[in-house]
Amino acid sequence: MENKKILMTGNEAIAEAAIQAGCRFYAGYPITPQNEIPAYFAKRMPEVNGTFIQAESELAAINMVFGASAAGKRAMTSSSSPGISLKQEGISYLSGCELPAVIVNVMRGGPGLGNIGPSQGDYFQATKGGGHGDYHIIVLAPSSVQEAFDLTVSAFDLADIYRMPAMILVDGLLGQMMEPLHVTTSPSHQVTSKPWALTGAKNRKPNIIRSLYLADGALEEFNNKLQKKYSSIAEKEVIFESYKNADCEVLIVSYGMPARISVGAIDNLRKSGLKAGLFRPVSLWPFPKKDLAQVGKNKKILVVEMSSGQMIEDVMLSLDGKCRVEFLGRTGGEIPSEEEIIAKIKGMYGKNI
Amino acid sequence: MEKIYSHPKSLVDVTTHYCPGCGHGLIHKLVCQVIDELGIREKTIAIAPVGCAVLAYDYWDFDTTEAAHGRACAVATGLKRVQPDKIIFTYQGDGDLAAIGTAETIHAANRGENITIIFVNNGIYGMTGGQMAPTTLAGQKTATTPSGRNPAGFEGHPLKLLEMLAVLPAVAYLERTAITSPKSVLNVKRAIKEAFKNQIENKGFSMVEVISPCPTYWSKSPGESLKWIEQEVIKTYPLGRIK
Repeated sequence: MENKKILMTGNEAIAEAAIQAGCRFYAGYPITPQNEIPAYFAKRMPEVNGTFIQAESELAAINMVFGASAAGKRAMTSSSSPGISLKQEGISYLSGCELPAVIVNVMRGGPGLGNIGPSQGDYFQATKGGGHGDYHIIVLAPSSVQEAFDLTVSAFDLADIYRMPAMILVDGLLGQMMEPLHVTTSPSHQVTSKPWALTGAKNRKPNIIRSLYLADGALEEFNNKLQKKYSSIAEKEVIFESYKNADCEVLIVSYGMPARISVGAIDNLRKSGLKAGLFRPVSLWPFPKKDLAQVGKNKKILVVEMSSGQMIEDVMLSLDGKCRVEFLGRTGGEIPSEEEIIAKIKGMYGKNI
Repeated sequence: MEKIYSHPKSLVDVTTHYCPGCGHGLIHKLVCQVIDELGIREKTIAIAPVGCAVLAYDYWDFDTTEAAHGRACAVATGLKRVQPDKIIFTYQGDGDLAAIGTAETIHAANRGENITIIFVNNGIYGMTGGQMAPTTLAGQKTATTPSGRNPAGFEGHPLKLLEMLAVLPAVAYLERTAITSPKSVLNVKRAIKEAFKNQIENKGFSMVEVISPCPTYWSKSPGESLKWIEQEVIKTYPLGRIK
């Protein structure tokens, strides 16, 4: 596949990226709209002497990943919203045991069984921890098939470097859609030394992987250590993209597919003289707070999401009350259109806010 | 003089946190004796359960991970598949393995995962204060069955997991044992050894159930607890090789 472009769905691109990143263990459970991922691994893993397991449940799948990761191997699972809810127990334990893993959520409409249309309704769950306890996971949100590939490779690296779970958060639209993809085969930054891994206590003391701390103060000490790690990630690992926002009057803040739709709206608005621009968070946790505060200064802000308003809370915290923030959201598997975004922005101009 | 008995190398020489008369300490020792005799300490990885034995890694001198409640067989599956040359075993109680982890246990067995399961059945949730377990006997009083477990009152029958697993073609070995006397202790050790040897020989899923006393939550003395196993518990849970 070297150096040529191929046509792939977002789901398949994520799976191939995992293979290129050295992931040799995948466990998952069927759920739409991410079924292309396990199907791809079922074919691809045997070709690279890797393991594919169709697990009996999401709980089992994430805990199989826990086991493979405890052995020091790169491991991944994927699902869609209801299945990701089930995996939260495992994600909390991975976080508590400081084990790396990559989890892919191809979001669908909710709550409950919802529908199989694209959604961004799991932003809170992904970025605020999701399971029990005080923790975060790294959350990366691509908006193209190429970016889905590239960020998946990064997710494995970040998970290993920081010994924590990393999530690729996409909506069902990106998961299902095909685009040309350049498969990079350059090796990712492999963390080869994992002295903590369970490989048998030969010529060393036994390794213990645990999240139980019973001694007085021990758990707080561990939590402080986690928070220190999270602060360091917030300093170093923020990713965002800007589009025509240097001179803009209205700044759209949007991630994933709605950000891409916003680009079309911005180009159209500019043709009629309305200066719109885009700030697209790519890392949702850590959220690009400082950069948004800088870019958003003295601008009218519109947050566009496929939810009833989740990322908008981080946007408002970043701007600290200094800008008025408007919202356009669609839910239940519906996608905001370019026309809706244009109309909303024209309305904002009319209100002269 | 030839030394014929000593503290197992794989067992750390410390006092355990277990209650007087509890079976865990003895079962830990038997597992460690088997690991020493088979010479596999340096390639053994254990999975400690959620329950009284979660701190087993304080007593075992080999690599160990915790697993979430009930998920030990899934964690074992991941550990074994990526390093098939290692010896992976789970050490689980009845609540862990036969209630919250029933699905993980049955499906690991059905896939024929080449792992070893030490299933400690004391018929009660010890760590949380003596609640009804799936294996609690009919009529047995617990914190959540104050009048005695009543199968006719929708409190369930004692769950015989080994008999359920026996129908699965990929299961290599199932045996129920009890620790009540020096003779039976030797039998438990023999069964544990067989379950580990099966894994070394790639025979597949092997499980040894050990009926073990919980004097604290059975409200019995250690001596009475052993008698109760011999006189009552084994009527519901017959000993012997099941597969």
